[in-house]
Amino acid sequence: LAPWIPVVGLEIHAQISSNSKLFSGSRVQFAAPPNSLVSFFDASLPGTLPVLNRRCVEAAVMTGLALNCSINKKSLFDRKHYFYADLPAGYQITQQRVPIAVNGSLSYSLCIDNKMSQMVTKTVRIKQIQLEQDSGKSLHDDTRCQTLVDLNRAGVGLMEVVMEPDMCCGEEAAAAVRELQLILQTLGSSQAVMAEGQLRVDANVSVHHPGEPYGVRTEVKNINSIRFLAKAVDYEIQRQIEELENGGTILNETRAFDSKLGCTVPMRDKEGKQDYRFMPEPNLPPLILYDAKSLPANMNHQQVINIDWIHERLPDLPSVKREKLVEQYGILPEHSFTLLNEDGLAEFFESVVKQTQMKPKKVIGWILNDLLSYLKQHSLTVKESPVSSFLLADLLNLLEKKEISSTAAKQVLAELWKGEGKTPLEIVKDQKLELLQDQKELEQICQAVIDGQENEVIMMVLG
Amino acid sequence: QKVSVEVLDHLEHLALVDFRDWEGVERLQKAIQFADQLHEVNTDGVEPMDSVLEDRWCLYLREDDVTEGNCTKELLENAREKVEEYFVAPPGNIPLPKLEERETFLQGS
Repeated sequence: LAPWIPVVGLEIHAQISSNSKLFSGSRVQFAAPPNSLVSFFDASLPGTLPVLNRRCVEAAVMTGLALNCSINKKSLFDRKHYFYADLPAGYQITQQRVPIAVNGSLSYSLCIDNKMSQMVTKTVRIKQIQLEQDSGKSLHDDTRCQTLVDLNRAGVGLMEVVMEPDMCCGEEAAAAVRELQLILQTLGSSQAVMAEGQLRVDANVSVHHPGEPYGVRTEVKNINSIRFLAKAVDYEIQRQIEELENGGTILNETRAFDSKLGCTVPMRDKEGKQDYRFMPEPNLPPLILYDAKSLPANMNHQQVINIDWIHERLPDLPSVKREKLVEQYGILPEHSFTLLNEDGLAEFFESVVKQTQMKPKKVIGWILNDLLSYLKQHSLTVKESPVSSFLLADLLNLLEKKEISSTAAKQVLAELWKGEGKTPLEIVKDQKLELLQDQKELEQICQAVIDGQENEVIMMVLG
Repeated sequence: QKVSVEVLDHLEHLALVDFRDWEGVERLQKAIQFADQLHEVNTDGVEPMDSVLEDRWCLYLREDDVTEGNCTKELLENAREKVEEYFVAPPGNIPLPKLEERETFLQGS
């Protein structure tokens, strides 16, 4: 049987972290009474007009720069028409002709063979990033055969990040999205929490034989976590391979991922191929961005967005942070990968290192093996840790000064997890875990043990 | 060059317009002919114009402040049906009846 090459591309919608919406002044907030965060424009009442939010543009520029894109100094807004109850205007304002950023790349790491010891770096091309409006939310009430519509989300700013089909499996797709999530969170352009719908991913999947043209692709939606993304992509690849090997064909359709069954199913409400009748948004002129060279002399600062100014103020991206950790502390790349993968763990590690004499290379073991595994077992975040960096550093100092053994240290840590407020030193004293340094005292103890077990000693001496 | 029945049906689906009778279709026909005159001008190498104001049409950037919203009651006054504070809509898009079942012009073409 000829081998199959799976091809995976992604369309990711990230909700912009801003106070107000993309084209109106209503608040952006996750949970709020229905239709309380809706302006007349969001409800598409006649006579209202879009007014672009500066912060949303800055968020898109930051993200474009972080993903090595070319920022288009002139980008345009368009209308994408379709009918749905949660899209009151009957169209979405998006950037179809000329988006704000194009031609970037994202590098991400993968572990080979599930072992943390070998990591490989891959790259996926970013086709473009565009600004667009989010739609409202539909709650389907099947019992009463109706849909309830909440427009709180309608008009919230989105960045759509389009990743080229450079990925080949669920693991790669998941790793790429995880890295994007970390980048967005570092920039602050999106909080990218998938569970709150701030990061939504659609996967485009197809398979083909080497040397042949790309196969028909399907679009997979309704993926609610990074874990499910990997599952959905891998399932769809398998499904397509089996279908084709059985002589079937793949339909160019949209499928939904069913997380309970772990499979993809065709989506019902898609009637044939959509014709979105794209047209320029007549109420918005082109978006013009400037850089240090093209900065106009006489314009109001508030009306000018300077790409270079934003570039200079970009924070260290995760990849740079990881390298710095490796360089500064002599830890392994796999270690810094894990440090950045858990929210707050890198800061915790650095805090402990500052407060202890123990070498970072030894501290990292306690962080990754003891602290992290405990947190995982009890489903706690670093912030919720009952053991603070101060307490852990205190404990490691006792170990470093050889006042206790490594085994004893683990015992103390187990006690510290209870969060009863005792210091490491108090626990050591309570449980008599101090290492004896005095030679004479040690001899006395050993002699006492031997004296107390006369029979056993005789047995041993006799062989 | 007449507009085909397939295109008319496609337009009715997309835009939910109803051409209703042969006069309506004629009107569309004439509108297309009128617009087609644009093709007589050679626009090779010319950038499309966004506005006659050209560079003077500046996109206004708003500060990221919350200035609107909180008018649920007013918005719901427009709703034919509501449940608590939600708008009520049919369960999905109601598909346009098939060509044969429609009452207007395109039926029977």
